[in-house]
Amino acid sequence: MSPESIEVLISLLFPLVLLIGTYLIGTLLERRHFTDLRAREEHFRGFPAITFENLPAGWEATSSDVVQGSVVVSLDYFKRFIAALRALVGGRVKSYEPLLDRARREANLRMIEDATSRGFHAVINVRLETSRMASARGDGKGTAGIEILAYGTAIRLASPPS
Amino acid sequence: MQFPIIVTNTETVPGRQIVEFYGVVTGNSVRAKHVGRDIMAGLKNLVGGELKGYTELLQESRQEAAGRMVEQAQSMGANAVVNLRFATSSIAQGAAELFAYGTAVRVE
Repeated sequence: MSPESIEVLISLLFPLVLLIGTYLIGTLLERRHFTDLRAREEHFRGFPAITFENLPAGWEATSSDVVQGSVVVSLDYFKRFIAALRALVGGRVKSYEPLLDRARREANLRMIEDATSRGFHAVINVRLETSRMASARGDGKGTAGIEILAYGTAIRLASPPS
Repeated sequence: MQFPIIVTNTETVPGRQIVEFYGVVTGNSVRAKHVGRDIMAGLKNLVGGELKGYTELLQESRQEAAGRMVEQAQSMGANAVVNLRFATSSIAQGAAELFAYGTAVRVE
């Protein structure tokens, strides 16, 4: 093979290897994260984190403080590529859905962990917020990551649920 | 996030009565990512998932913004901040403003 053809081969092969490599690693990491999320959600089942602003009837709070959890996530290279292709024809961008789903669940769990580690019994008025972090690239395009913030008011109850 | 006074994002402090209103208190913090973090995040961007450097960065700046808000409330003589809200805005390339605001009150 001539040096030129090898060069062409490499320039074609590199993006392909990158796509396949990031797809495999990204998928593995995502699967692991979902397993971890399910285990932690199971652990905190029964801990009330609710979106009501007011205390449900019968609850008597003794103290309260704000608690929060946040996470910044990004898509892998392969899924960004797929999302960009999808944007050409429009429609449901499936590659972003699991990403945002796991980010919200992660932020929510971190908030609950913040509350339980400080001895609170419940969180009320839970709010979820999403914001995009722009990348520092010169042209101002591109997204460095998406931040999900979960926050709420944690309360201690006079008669904690057993 | 822990503060020397009570902070809630509800309109009241659960279980307590508000006796006096002092008005809106605010706090902000503008942070840029440093290059090292940006490079690490750029690499992490290939495989996706959490960008821990950015999570920490935003946590720190939100903490700082809320801390300033609490300081302002304390200087007014308040002992609680209710109806806390957070806002984030991209103001320049690679920099973000984290903003916290709420209502300073006195509870009994």
